[in-house]
Amino acid sequence: MSADTASPELRNRFKHGLQAPICLTWEVTYGCNLACAHCLSSSGKRDPRELSTDECKSLIDQLAAMRVFYVNIGGGEPMVRRDFLTLVDHAVARKVGVKFSTNGALITPEAARRIASTDYLDVQISIDGATPETNDPVRGRGSYAMARRGMDRLAEAGFGPFKISVVMTRHNIPELDALEAIAQEYGAQLRITRLRPSGRGASVWDELHPTAVQQRELYEWLIVRPDVLTGDSFFHLSALGEPLPGLNLCGAGRVVCLVDPIGDVYACPFVLHDEFLAGNVRGPGGFAEVWRNSTLFAELREPQSAGACASCGLYDKCQGGCMAAKFFTGMPLDGPDPECVLGHGELELVKVGAGDRPAVPAGHSKRLRAG
Amino acid sequence: MSTSAEAATAFDAARRYRLHPQLALRTERFGALAYHYGNRRLTFLKSPQLTAIVESLGDHESVNAALDAHEVGAETRPALIGALARLYASEVIDVC
Repeated sequence: MSADTASPELRNRFKHGLQAPICLTWEVTYGCNLACAHCLSSSGKRDPRELSTDECKSLIDQLAAMRVFYVNIGGGEPMVRRDFLTLVDHAVARKVGVKFSTNGALITPEAARRIASTDYLDVQISIDGATPETNDPVRGRGSYAMARRGMDRLAEAGFGPFKISVVMTRHNIPELDALEAIAQEYGAQLRITRLRPSGRGASVWDELHPTAVQQRELYEWLIVRPDVLTGDSFFHLSALGEPLPGLNLCGAGRVVCLVDPIGDVYACPFVLHDEFLAGNVRGPGGFAEVWRNSTLFAELREPQSAGACASCGLYDKCQGGCMAAKFFTGMPLDGPDPECVLGHGELELVKVGAGDRPAVPAGHSKRLRAG
Repeated sequence: MSTSAEAATAFDAARRYRLHPQLALRTERFGALAYHYGNRRLTFLKSPQLTAIVESLGDHESVNAALDAHEVGAETRPALIGALARLYASEVIDVC
């Protein structure tokens, strides 16, 4: 999806929340065939408590009733659920469009044909580099070839412009042009997002997040490419000049939220942590009750203090950056983003020791085999 | 964008328009969100009045008639016509 640029007045209205999310991410399983180093949800093994097919359908019906226009489905690897395409059909039949993220492993020629014949369905395939040498150390051996095979199959099935989704790291920023070229080869759309220190990402963020010089390079690359999708990921970079396209605000609990595989509702896809847990769709009143009446979301919709950033002339542009990035690096939520383009975050990072970082939940990572 | 400019020029308040058939509207306190299932674009309708007018366009023989029905005065009319022309350019509304 792309959206209008919101005026400052409208952006202020959004901060008080909406009748339903604009952008809802739904992770349908913790199961995954890969074990990406930066996985936001620490996925690997399925959870026995995951929503059943009927519970998933009921959630879709609730979203349709709330007029949620589309959901972003992810995981884990969503296609490992045997009922995945059934759920997609259920959603699009109710005019809840689906965009799903996949690593491409299960896009068989048959699945590709079925996906290509479904309306209101968008697909994004993830790679984290333009070559296996850059991608595979992050996403796993063979994962680049697997993703490209999935892309080939979608192209052969005549799916049309699918999306290629890339998490930006210090190793793949030099490959931006090459990534764009891959997208062009397929007639695909490039979508790039920010690396967050969330989930397993907490343990690799220090070594993988882009350098200050690379952040500027990224901003300059993006500002002349308004058609590259970003999921509104890089609004902290808007402090470098003209704002990037998008809403340019932290939408957590206001315009976005996340439903995890067991029905827990979190403020955004990057904060799977008890601190940002608003409720569960299995509770009375279902998802709507959590969205409308949870205490956490009410708090997030209150005016937020600019804190240490109040005296910075650029606060209006960057809005203090990403809540999740601050939380998982142990920084105050009303202070600068760890990747603040003025360097205030780096100074703050030095002050907070590793001990100030919140404990990362064990998640659903598969145990590594010895040797 | 030149395409928007051309479409905006082509907008004619004397003609009948309607909500684009591929569009879904969700009312919000500030106005409404409009989602286009074809081009996957999200557009914001920035006031409840504009939202009410957009929803009723198909019931009137022209945009002017719709504005009359909503008792839009001469002062606010140009701004609303401008807003509707932009909505036409982004395919939120469609000419009948």
